[in-house]
Amino acid sequence: MSDPSLDLIPDGPPPTGAQTDVGDSLISRRRYRRILLAAVLSVSVVAVVPLVIMTWVTYRQYERAFREEQTRPMVRFVTNGKQSLENFLEERSAALTYLLMERSQEDLEDSSTLAGILANMKASFGGFVDLGVVEDHGTQVSYAGPFGLEGRDYRDHPWFQEVIRQGAYVSDVFLGYRDSPHFVIAVHRELGPDQGYVLRATIDTEYIDRLVRTLVHQPGGDVFLVNRDGILQTPSRSHGAILERARVPPLPFSNQTELTEMDGAAGHRHIAAYAPIEGSPFTLVMVSPGDVAEAGWPALRRNLLLFLGVSVLLILAVVISGATWMVNRAREADLLRAAAYHKMEYTNKMAALGRLSAGVAHEINNPVSIITEKAGLLKDLLLMSETLPPKERMVDLLDSVLRSADRCGGITHRLLGFAKHMQVRTETIDVDLLLKEVLGFLEKEAVYRGIRVEFDVPEDPPDIVSDRGQLQQVFLNILNNAFAAVEDGGTIQIGLKEVEPDSVAVWIKDNGVGIQEEHLTHIFDPFFSTKKGAGTGLGLSITYGIIQKLGGEISVQSKVGVGTRFIVTLPKGNTAMQE
Amino acid sequence: MEALRVLIVDDEDELVSALKERLALRGFEADGVTTGEEALEFLRSRPCDVMLLDVKMPGLGGLEVIRRVKGDHPDLEVILLTGHGSVKSVEEGMALGAFDYLMKPVKIDNLVRILMAAGSKPGRKAPEAEGI
Repeated sequence: MSDPSLDLIPDGPPPTGAQTDVGDSLISRRRYRRILLAAVLSVSVVAVVPLVIMTWVTYRQYERAFREEQTRPMVRFVTNGKQSLENFLEERSAALTYLLMERSQEDLEDSSTLAGILANMKASFGGFVDLGVVEDHGTQVSYAGPFGLEGRDYRDHPWFQEVIRQGAYVSDVFLGYRDSPHFVIAVHRELGPDQGYVLRATIDTEYIDRLVRTLVHQPGGDVFLVNRDGILQTPSRSHGAILERARVPPLPFSNQTELTEMDGAAGHRHIAAYAPIEGSPFTLVMVSPGDVAEAGWPALRRNLLLFLGVSVLLILAVVISGATWMVNRAREADLLRAAAYHKMEYTNKMAALGRLSAGVAHEINNPVSIITEKAGLLKDLLLMSETLPPKERMVDLLDSVLRSADRCGGITHRLLGFAKHMQVRTETIDVDLLLKEVLGFLEKEAVYRGIRVEFDVPEDPPDIVSDRGQLQQVFLNILNNAFAAVEDGGTIQIGLKEVEPDSVAVWIKDNGVGIQEEHLTHIFDPFFSTKKGAGTGLGLSITYGIIQKLGGEISVQSKVGVGTRFIVTLPKGNTAMQE
Repeated sequence: MEALRVLIVDDEDELVSALKERLALRGFEADGVTTGEEALEFLRSRPCDVMLLDVKMPGLGGLEVIRRVKGDHPDLEVILLTGHGSVKSVEEGMALGAFDYLMKPVKIDNLVRILMAAGSKPGRKAPEAEGI
C-alpha cells in the first residue's frame, strides 16, 4: 500500500542542498557578480568623482598662482625697461629738437661749430656717435664725427624720406656705410615749401644693448629688441644674432606689456613678455628661462597627483572589499533561505504523502474488508455445512468480491492518473471550444436527465496558453460534480470572461444540492468525499493540483439547497512553473 | 447457554451482511445496521452485549455513537472497527470506554476471540461458541 503512494509524490527534492533548479536562478554566482559590479561602480563613482573634481580645481588654481608668481616680475621688468628706453630715445630726440630751434642753420652747417656741439652732447648725453645736417634735397652739408661723411647723399634712404614726412624719426638698426650696427634719430625743420633741413644723429647700439642686458634678471632668461618685422635689433642669447630674424612667433601689436607663450628648444614652453617702445620701431621682448613654472610647481603637482592616486586606490579597496563582504553575506542569507524553502516544500510534500496514505488506506480497506468477509463467508459455508450452498448464493457472494475488487482497481487507477498529471505541456487553447468538447462527454447524460446547459461566453473569447489535457480533466471533474449535484431537469451555467488584462475566468454554476459550509474548506483535500462509496475523493484534489501547476486559482461558493459555483482563473500566458 | 448478542454497525452494507452471517455461523446472535442513527434506534428496542462499531461513517460517526450509548447502556461493550490507521480516533474511542479495536480487514478468528473476551467480562455469562 505504501509503494504506489510513494510514486505519487512528484519529483521529490532532497531535503537538503540548495543547488536545485529553483535555487539556481535566484542564487546563481553570475547574479551576485552583477550585484557586486553595480555596487562597486555606483559607490566608486560617487566617492571618486568629487575627489577628482576637487583635485582638478586645486591643481588649476595652484598652476595659475605659480604662473602669476613667475610672470609678475617679467611684466614689471619689461614695463620698466620700456620706460627706460622711451626716456633714452625721448631725451636724445628732445636734444636734437632743441638744437634745431636754438641754433641757426648757418651755425649748424658750420662743421667746426657742429663738432663742438657733438663733443658737448657726447659729454652730457652719451650714445651719440656723430651729427650731420642734411638739406631737404638729400645732401649732407655738414658733418661732425669719426667717419668723414660730409657730402653724402641720403636722398634715397628710407630714414630720410620718413623724417621729411613725419618731422621726427627713429630708424631700425642697420649697418649703414660704416658696417657697424647703429640707428638714426633725425628731426626736421621746415623753413618753407620744399625748403628746410634735417639734423640727424647716429646712436651707438652698444649703449642700448647694455641697457637691455641689465634687464636680464633670471639666469637663462633672454631680453632683446626686435623691430616691426621681427628682426633682432640687439644681440640675443638664444634667439638669434643681431639683424637676423628673431626666433619668436609674431607678437600682436599692443600699447602695453603683454604675455604670450611660445615653444622653445627641447619641447619647453617659455613665457614671453613684450612691450612696444613708443616713438620707435622697437619692441622689447623678455623670454623666461627654461620651462613654464620650473620651480616648486612640479613638486606640488606630483604631490597632488600622488594624493589623488592614493586616495582613489584606498577608496576602491574599501569599496570593493566592503561590497564583496556584503554581497557574500547576502548570498549566504539567500542560500540559507533557499535551503529552508526547499526543506519546507519537502515537509509539505511529506505531509501530503501522509494524508494521501491515510486516505488510500481508508479507501482501499473498505472494499478489501468486503472481499475478506464475502470470501470468508463462502469458505464458512463450504466448510461448515454438510451440503454445498446453493449455486445462486455462491455467485452472489463472488459478485460481491468482484465488485469490491473493481472498486480497489478504480482507486489505484485514479492514483496513477494523479501521479501522471504532474508534467505541464503548453499550447494555445480556445477555452470556449475546450469547454464544449468536455461537455461532449456528458451530452448523453444531459439529454437523458433533462439537464439544461447554458453558455455565457463573449463573442470573441480570448485564447490562453496552457495544457489542453489537464484543462480537460479540470473541467470534466467540475462538470461531473455539477451533474452529480443537480436534480434531473436542473440547470448548469458555464461562463467565460476576461478578468484582468492577463487572466481569464471560467465559472461553472449549478442549481444542485450545494455543499455544507463545514465541508467547503475540505473539498480540495485528497480523499475527502461526500459521495460515500461512489467517489474516491480525489477529483477536486487533482483539479486543485492541476490548476496550481498551471499558475491559476480555483475557488468555490456554495449554499445548501441553492447551488454551487466553481470559479477557475487561468493566466493567459504560460506563467506555469515547472519545479 | 444464551448466545452473545452482537450488533454490527458499518456504513458498508455488504460488509455488515457478510459479517452478520459469519458470526451467526459461529453461534453469535448477530444483527447489523448501516448508520449510527439506526444503531441507537436498534439499541432502544433490543438490548445487546457487544457492539462492533465502524469509526468513520457518514452522519453520526462511531465516536459520537459511543458517547451516546455508554450512558444508556453501561453494560454494552464496544469494539471499534477502523479502516485506516488513525491512531487519534482509536485513542479517543478507547478513552470513551471502548473495549478494544480492530483494523480492517478483520481476521474472523481475531474478531471471535475479542468478542468472547468482551462477553466474558466479570458479571457476564460466557458465550457458547460452536463449530470452531
